[in-house]
Amino acid sequence: MTATTTAPVAAPPTPTAPRRPSPRLRAWVTRAPLLPALIFMIAVTQLPFVATLVISFFDWNSLYPDARHFAGFENYQEVLTDAALRKSVWTTILLTVAVVLASLVLGLLLALLLDRKFRGRGIVRTLLIAPFLVVPVAAALLWKHVLYNPEYGLLNGLLHYVGGPQPDWISETPLLAVEASLVWQWTPFMMLILLAGLQSRDQQQLEAARVDGASDWQIFVHLTLPHLRRYLELGALLGSIYIVQNFDAVFTITSGGLGTANLPYTVYQTFYQAHENGLASAAGVLVVIGSIIIATFALRVVSSLFREEVSRA
Amino acid sequence: MSSIAVRTRGRFRGGAGLGLVAWLAGIVFFLPIAWMALTSFHSEADAATNPPSFTAALTLDGYREFFGAGGGASPWPALINSAVASVASTLLVLVLALPAAYALSIRPVKKWTDVLFFFLSTKMLPVVAGLLPIYLFAKNTDMLDNIWLLVILYTSMNLPIAVWMMQSFLAEVPVAIIEAARVDGARLPTILARVVAPIALPGIAATSLICFIFSWNELLFARVLTGVVAETAPVFLTGFITSQGLFLAKVCAASLVISLPVLAAGFAAQDKLVQGLSLGAVK
Repeated sequence: MTATTTAPVAAPPTPTAPRRPSPRLRAWVTRAPLLPALIFMIAVTQLPFVATLVISFFDWNSLYPDARHFAGFENYQEVLTDAALRKSVWTTILLTVAVVLASLVLGLLLALLLDRKFRGRGIVRTLLIAPFLVVPVAAALLWKHVLYNPEYGLLNGLLHYVGGPQPDWISETPLLAVEASLVWQWTPFMMLILLAGLQSRDQQQLEAARVDGASDWQIFVHLTLPHLRRYLELGALLGSIYIVQNFDAVFTITSGGLGTANLPYTVYQTFYQAHENGLASAAGVLVVIGSIIIATFALRVVSSLFREEVSRA
Repeated sequence: MSSIAVRTRGRFRGGAGLGLVAWLAGIVFFLPIAWMALTSFHSEADAATNPPSFTAALTLDGYREFFGAGGGASPWPALINSAVASVASTLLVLVLALPAAYALSIRPVKKWTDVLFFFLSTKMLPVVAGLLPIYLFAKNTDMLDNIWLLVILYTSMNLPIAVWMMQSFLAEVPVAIIEAARVDGARLPTILARVVAPIALPGIAATSLICFIFSWNELLFARVLTGVVAETAPVFLTGFITSQGLFLAKVCAASLVISLPVLAAGFAAQDKLVQGLSLGAVK
């Protein structure tokens, strides 16, 4: 069905050019290897979203299937006015912004450190990447039980040595607890992108600046930062796209409780536990709208980096 | 990454001090993992002490417990499901992405950049955007709790990344070589096998590893769409969310065992990791 919408004409018999293959046929031969992937993506990602969009306009609880009826924008109204749902919109924004900013700053510092030559740099790089390579649920469990546990967690264990307080991290600062675990996982990601940015600087230009007597700080502010700008943007935008969607950490560390339920968790809970299909879909559409806003910027940054690469090649 | 070492011939003023700071940062970031590894080899009693017991006797009990020695559910079905879902979806990704990347680089279609960006935009559509219809579809077609449904979904999750990465790897094959082979009378299969494959193979391998990692890690789809039969390793891990008395060593052993394939694949693909994660925007 999708094949017919995307590829309306499958090489019609052309009356012209009987001996050599017609240009249209050849164009389709060129296109053919692309079609399976395209059709697959449209069928598996675009069609379900269209269905979500349709369902979002219905009042539909799957426990009462007979009561299903068209509801217009009622679900959207409910998502935006319901206190709990509105809070989850706010939590999503807070969580995403805090994690992206913190991991971006930490990632930049680490990238600057790693850009220098020192003994054992390869090992340090490996140590720093490791948090990103722990399965997200496992990482969340590690923070929840092994680090945060108020009685025998490592954090309070270490605080014990210096005679510090013994807080119950998750119940006292639930959102911060989720954020810290995510910052730990995402800082290596930012570091890798920024390190790639640092290493693509024009070495001759840096050398020239040094010969002219520029200080390290001047070089950083006037050469490095402007060069890094797009890498910072890219890290921030890709990080936002991934973290806006975060489910694993919220689900594992707090089970969405204590005011940490973000939109993906709320969508999950609304249809999986509360069976409110219409409401869940409306919340899902809102997540998509948020993502599209971020994605528009992200695509622009990616395309400018991409064009630069293509023109350089 | 060895080329970096050659390229950075920076000055060394204050270098030793900053090197030390870098080492400290590395250790701080790695500490939770090291602690998890150490705890997994402790007995449950030694794992749950405050202050922490750094020098307690080592034991494999945590691992025995995790693998079901204490009467708990065996993790093997979940591990096998995860392996099937990750490997099968990665293979399907390769089958779909390789021809597509070919049509976007070596013999590009018109407006190939637009197509490339369409693939990228699908990656930006959040999972929750289609989760409910997919769930309803699976329920009505008896596909719930079926590992092959996850294979299809993981393929769609990774295909955009793979197309972007492969496109950039195939674009590195010089057109002149392909033309020369064609002039010498080589046919397409020969050109692909003898000219394109040797240059693009390391990139294809890295792409596969990255797809494997993302599939292995995935939780939301697996949580909603699987039950007892098709449960994956991350879903198995969610069984540890609520505390069950003394179980720290077991949690650590479980987390470590389930993360091992990802750690191995990640370090193997280290050089191409950034490129994959940034969807090919950073090389």
